[in-house]
Amino acid sequence: MSLVRAVGVRKRFGGTEVLRGVDLEVAQGQVVCLLGPSGAGKSTFLRCVNHLETIDEGRIWVDGQPVGFVERGGKLHELRERDVARQRRGIGMVFQRFNLFPHRTALENVVEGPVRVLGEPKREAAGRARALLERVGLAEKADAYPHQLSGGQQQRVAIARALAMRPKLMLFDEPTSALDPELVGEVLEVMVDLAREGMTMIVVTHEIGFARQVADEVVFLVDGAVVESGPPARVLENPREQRTRQFLSKVL
Amino acid sequence: MAGDELAVVPLRHWGRWVGGAVILALLGALGYALAGAKIDYAAVPGFFTHDIMLRGLLNTVVLAVVAQLGAIVLGVGIALLRRSANPVARWFAAGYVWLFRGLPVLLQILLWFNLALVFENISIPLLFQEKTNVLITAFVAALLGLGLNESAYMAEIVRAGLNSVDHGQVEAAKAIGMTPATTLRRVVLPQAMRVIIPPTGNNFINMLKGTSMASVIGFLELVHAANNIASRNLQIMETLLAAAAWYMVVVSVASVGQHFLERAYGKGVAR
Ligand SMILES: Nc1ncnc2c1ncn2[C@@H]1O[C@H](COP(=O)(O)OP(=O)(O)O)[C@@H](O)[C@H]1O
Ligand SMILES: [Mg+2]
Repeated sequence: MSLVRAVGVRKRFGGTEVLRGVDLEVAQGQVVCLLGPSGAGKSTFLRCVNHLETIDEGRIWVDGQPVGFVERGGKLHELRERDVARQRRGIGMVFQRFNLFPHRTALENVVEGPVRVLGEPKREAAGRARALLERVGLAEKADAYPHQLSGGQQQRVAIARALAMRPKLMLFDEPTSALDPELVGEVLEVMVDLAREGMTMIVVTHEIGFARQVADEVVFLVDGAVVESGPPARVLENPREQRTRQFLSKVL
Repeated sequence: MAGDELAVVPLRHWGRWVGGAVILALLGALGYALAGAKIDYAAVPGFFTHDIMLRGLLNTVVLAVVAQLGAIVLGVGIALLRRSANPVARWFAAGYVWLFRGLPVLLQILLWFNLALVFENISIPLLFQEKTNVLITAFVAALLGLGLNESAYMAEIVRAGLNSVDHGQVEAAKAIGMTPATTLRRVVLPQAMRVIIPPTGNNFINMLKGTSMASVIGFLELVHAANNIASRNLQIMETLLAAAAWYMVVVSVASVGQHFLERAYGKGVAR
């Protein structure tokens, strides 16, 4: 059964339709890479999956639950923001610009969700947070504030912060696009490990090498619609669509 | 090249020397004038620690602190209403600021103090009932006048503070499943504090001095206390100077407090 199922997702900003009927399925444990030119609607789609944006038409299910709604008495009832927050707990998100909490140390950033959202005891949460920082290779940076960390380190803390919620799904929105080239590798490494351990991931990226290495499926989004999708070996080496070829020739 | 080094003549800042000398001369003249003025300086310390003066001091501080704290709470509330999705709430908040910021504080204090003229009783049906002139004491009238005016300013300060926080912060908080209330308390407000504290400190210093307006309705704060003492011994300047000294003390303490608050909320900011 698929963990994520999106059907006919449409989204408008004002007069312009940014998503024009997107369908997507992600099975448990799969990694899907979303590729496409800037402005294609990749970020918008990702944000719809955890209801940071509301969709105008279509439906998205995560783990069988309709995102932003609850099914009751044969009807879909729109959720209050408080209940949407409950749904989001199970979905981790990593942003292009990290968005760490600048007034908290690396450790405090990671502890924040488990303690304030899940109600875990502080001691226990801190212990888990240290283990997570260790896992992303930042054990010794636990007490550093974000501004004292490099971009790559900040992004790894951000990944640890998301993982601390024990998500069943991770969303990555161009996690390495804001990084200096020499820092890209350390972040991708963490993501590769995560994929190997069986995390279900949707990754928006321009790192074709990463997509080739870990994606089970690549999806090309252009102008708000999926133009081509399939296993990386086929789609990246042998794209059928003209627009996919155009895009690949630019990024490769 | 070592042999032909030229002697360096540093730039002489003649203007600074002249400017400094003029300022010192003016201060000296002022000091000379004050020393020769008909002020009985020896009497000032006595007024400084006079019973009535100390009661005035306590009342000034209590009124300023309570009014400021109330204003902060109300101000946060109004700022949140101002950002609400509900248009009626936004409209109400804008009107609140427009009204309480627009009227002079002294006028507001007088309006509250004279409320009994138009409402004999104040009641919340089934819960509470009291005669207005019992409820609205000089302290309460001053508190309402100063506090509500200040709350309108605080609303604007808090609104600017909330707006200063990057929207990515709210998204990150949402993404780990925080509710809007927790996001506000744990993520947005602590970061907004950096923008909120400096003008709030300024306003509190203003508030400390603004309490002197409560003297017109007979509230025993520092100015009223000074007048009170002076009316018995006619040493008007001496008692006023004692009150002035207290204002300088209280304001200095407030400034130091502001400094430490700013430091506490400056965590995580590159310097
Ligand atoms: N909040 C918004 N308001 C208006 N337009 C937006 C908003 N967010 C995104 N857009 C527009 O939607 C389109 C798709 O944006 P985005 O999803 O960020 O694309 P991508 O991530 O593929 O580069 C762009 O044209 C962008 O300008
Ligand atoms: Mg994007």
